Amino acid sequence: MPTATDAPARARKHSTDVPRIRRRVHSVDRPRRSVSVTLLAGLVVLYTVVPLAWLVISATKTQTDLLGSPGIWFSGHFALWDNIRQTLTYDDGIFGRWLLNTLLYVVLGAGGATFLAVLGGYGLAKFGFRGKRTVFALVIGAVAVPTTALAVPTFLMFSKMGLTNTPWAVIIPSLVSPFGLYLMWVFASEAVPTELLEAARVDGAGELRTFFRISLPLLAPGIVTVLLFTVVATWNNYFLPLIMIKDPKWYPLTLGLNAWNDQAATAGGQPVFNLVITGSLLTILPLIMAFLLLQRYWQSGLAAGSVKE
Amino acid sequence: MRTKAVRHTLRGLGLVCAAALALTACSSSTTGSGDGGPVSASGLDTALSQGGSITVWAWEPTLKQVVTDFEAKYPKVHVNLVNAGTGDKQYTALQNAVQAGNGAPDVAQIEYYALGQFALGKSLQDLSKYGAPDLSKQYSPGPWTSVSINGGVYALPMDSGPMALFYNKKVFDKYDLTVPTTWDQYVDDARKLHAADPNAYITNDTGDAGFTTSMIWQAGGHPYKVNGTKVSVDFTDPGSAKFTDTWQKLVSEHLVAPVSSWSDQWYKGLGDGSIATLAMGAWMPANLASGVPTASGDWRVAPLPQWRQGQSASSENGGSSLAVMKSSAHQDLAYAFLKFANAGDGAQDRIKGGAFPATTADLNSQAFLDTAFPYFGGQQANKIFSDSAKSVVTGWQYLPYQVYANSVFNDTVGKAYVSSTPLASGLKAWQDASVKYGTGQGFTTGQ
Amino acid sequence: MTITSPPAASAGRGSPPRRRSSRGLVGWGFIGPFLAVFALVFLAPIGYSVYLSLFQDRLIGGNTFVGLDHYQQAFQDPEFWSGFGRVALFLAVQVPVMLGIALLAALALDSGRLYGKSFFRITVFLPYAVPAVVATLMWEFLYGSRFGLVGDINRAFGVSLPDPLSPGLVLASIGNIVTWEFVGYNMLIFYSALRVVPRSLYEAAEIDGAGQWRVITAVKLPAIRGALVIATVFSIIGSFQLFNEPAILKVPAPNAITTFYTPNYYTYTLSFSGRQQNYAATVAIVMGVITMVIAYAFQLRGMRKEA
Repeated sequence: MPTATDAPARARKHSTDVPRIRRRVHSVDRPRRSVSVTLLAGLVVLYTVVPLAWLVISATKTQTDLLGSPGIWFSGHFALWDNIRQTLTYDDGIFGRWLLNTLLYVVLGAGGATFLAVLGGYGLAKFGFRGKRTVFALVIGAVAVPTTALAVPTFLMFSKMGLTNTPWAVIIPSLVSPFGLYLMWVFASEAVPTELLEAARVDGAGELRTFFRISLPLLAPGIVTVLLFTVVATWNNYFLPLIMIKDPKWYPLTLGLNAWNDQAATAGGQPVFNLVITGSLLTILPLIMAFLLLQRYWQSGLAAGSVKE
Repeated sequence: MRTKAVRHTLRGLGLVCAAALALTACSSSTTGSGDGGPVSASGLDTALSQGGSITVWAWEPTLKQVVTDFEAKYPKVHVNLVNAGTGDKQYTALQNAVQAGNGAPDVAQIEYYALGQFALGKSLQDLSKYGAPDLSKQYSPGPWTSVSINGGVYALPMDSGPMALFYNKKVFDKYDLTVPTTWDQYVDDARKLHAADPNAYITNDTGDAGFTTSMIWQAGGHPYKVNGTKVSVDFTDPGSAKFTDTWQKLVSEHLVAPVSSWSDQWYKGLGDGSIATLAMGAWMPANLASGVPTASGDWRVAPLPQWRQGQSASSENGGSSLAVMKSSAHQDLAYAFLKFANAGDGAQDRIKGGAFPATTADLNSQAFLDTAFPYFGGQQANKIFSDSAKSVVTGWQYLPYQVYANSVFNDTVGKAYVSSTPLASGLKAWQDASVKYGTGQGFTTGQ
Repeated sequence: MTITSPPAASAGRGSPPRRRSSRGLVGWGFIGPFLAVFALVFLAPIGYSVYLSLFQDRLIGGNTFVGLDHYQQAFQDPEFWSGFGRVALFLAVQVPVMLGIALLAALALDSGRLYGKSFFRITVFLPYAVPAVVATLMWEFLYGSRFGLVGDINRAFGVSLPDPLSPGLVLASIGNIVTWEFVGYNMLIFYSALRVVPRSLYEAAEIDGAGQWRVITAVKLPAIRGALVIATVFSIIGSFQLFNEPAILKVPAPNAITTFYTPNYYTYTLSFSGRQQNYAATVAIVMGVITMVIAYAFQLRGMRKEA
């Protein structure tokens, strides 16, 4: 797994081959800003933003204007607030219910997944025991089997346990984040000095106590990263709820929006593309907010991680 | 899903069976509801007054009102109406729940073309014990034969989709097109329109199994022959050939818009006149009114163009039924709901909500026929639909695994829309895939 | 399950065996909860699938044991292999492009030479927050050659761009959507790996006069090799499991995307529209084994280089 320990030696070795040119370099902490690098990065930003701009622009249009005006620019009539109001009240305000469901799935699913990944990653990183590699190989191997084919067996099992059509059918499978486990493994092996643990053990602290008191604070930045990934994954979860949940009362937002989208293809159904689009926008806004919020911890955390040497 | 796919008609066979069963059902009478034993009307009344709770899986929007009225009339019954997905999505869920042995609803909406699959899979309750065969006269023959399968009645028809031609009169007037009465004239109009405005198309088509089978049906083709577990598929019969000859011209000359039905682009095209006609089922007006409100007044309805001048042949496109699940613990209540929704007061609710009925009394009622559609400039369109329902060509059958067959339509016939593969070879490939699947599922197959 | 066998006491190298053993048990205690849920939602369904793959359930005739027949069928199934070829091509082209852009973006961020760094970071990550359903809806519009952005461009500039949803181009269009969705995600992984590289290493290199590229190739890339390897492994798995994007684009491009377009889509069609759960399970297992072998091979190779 990634270790930086052998890098300095290599860097030094290489450096002897390089002619020593004395030049005034900006220090690593304060490099010179570069216009050309920024412009190149700007291209990536443009690529990222154009589809999102379409979403934002379209959310300001009525169903009629949506079909009648060019896609990438505003129409005369600015209907964003009206669309939001309609989205929140359409079908007896079920959008709000979907939002709450999604929050429930995220809090329990992503929260639980992060907790299990932190525990597991820490265990793998800080305890020497046989079978560590096997564990990881097993996890990767299982992840390699296509999920669509596992859906029906999982459904049948959950059905026998009486879990289908309940929130548990969505939450329990969300609790496993193989990638989160890996990230925590790597992070824990770097961020928690083994000497610190040894010292705690010498003082007679139990393993759990050591974990919560000493290791957890050190792991905070990694936890935030894993949390971010699991939150997004749970928030956007679609296929699993599609199989497991049949009652719209338990839909997450993704499933609900898709049901609204399908309505356009139903005899007697009413196309509500404007609500699908506005709803999509409202769906990603909380995630963006969460990201901005977590970003602060994440930044300081990462910096903290790099202090150790 | 997008395809309002089509129905299943075992007409000749079905009618005989229905008649035979009607006799036995008529003779059955007043005993209570044991499993398999006949259930009388008073038995249903008892169940209704005792009350209980049933779950209905359906995506049809007008059922909401039906449930409200049903619960008002029978206050002890609670109906849990769940939209478990549209078409294929709901069938998948239904299939999973049946396989798991729990979680299935009491009542499910099933399109006619998919009924055979569920009846054959023994997921549905035969409604003969409730005297359903007595209702045969109440429904138009197309839908009724669709629900009569292998000597039983497995659902009650909810709506129907006799085909008609919807056309944008504004576009037709602008380019001086005549409303086609034959498919040859339709092709001429298509050429004239596209030449006059390269952005305008006579219709859209990206390959739709439901539409194709409805067209072949109208042309008198019988590609599917089903007899118990014997199945044959043959897309080289004269009816299919009529369709491919004509439609090949439209496809090869790029006269159909490459836009999938039910997409936002489709609604856009219907609104701005770049898609000038639709050959569809009679349930379409409600969708036009809600999906393309800006084009109100532009559209009109005409009888479906004919394969030979002077004929009046039609076919069904889309439409669905309500069925009682075999696993239901409240079958009596479930059937009572079916009757209310599809043969009783509920049917009126649904017509008011814009649905197209399957009940003959409604199809022939003067009030229904005289209804003026503001969307169609005041035209009394139901007259055309009602005539169409009466001239549906008899003898059409679907495969007992049509859901699968339709799912691979675009793998095979779809090639004709994006390459130089002729439609006829595409249909041959579809035929081969359907036969292969049938063999794999244990059917005796042939051509 | 492997957790049933406790780690051997002899594992110790220098430290007293008993202590290592008890700590090993504590280690299992930490990983245990994860493994328990993992066994329930991954291993059990996989085991069930293996069982299913040995049977054949027919509409007529019911359920019969068929042994390994389905495996033989899968190996000779042209539809399966055409889907496999397609994702292999996708893997060979899309994954390097996506990871390349992500790595460059991470290095640019890490270099500190960007104006508006935080803005850049959050913007590029945003697409990951967009549900695949919504993302594909947006791209469906942009790709629209009649009413969409491509159509607008055609009209505005009097050009005739090829249809992105035509059979020849749709795979590239899918690649573009996937790249758009995951560049930011991979960038963040690389960036956070870069951030934990001790700064003294750069400083040492820079004092030695190494240029920017030199620092990157000699210090930064070796230091984040682990992250590169694991991102690639997960991208390999992701490519082989390609499903959401083709499934949603099937609506606007029904003829360009077949029901066996990718192996994962094929198993979906088989088990849902086709009621061929048994054969679907077989295809999934075969595909899983192939994916696993390739992912392991890559990982072993990547890790060995590191040592």
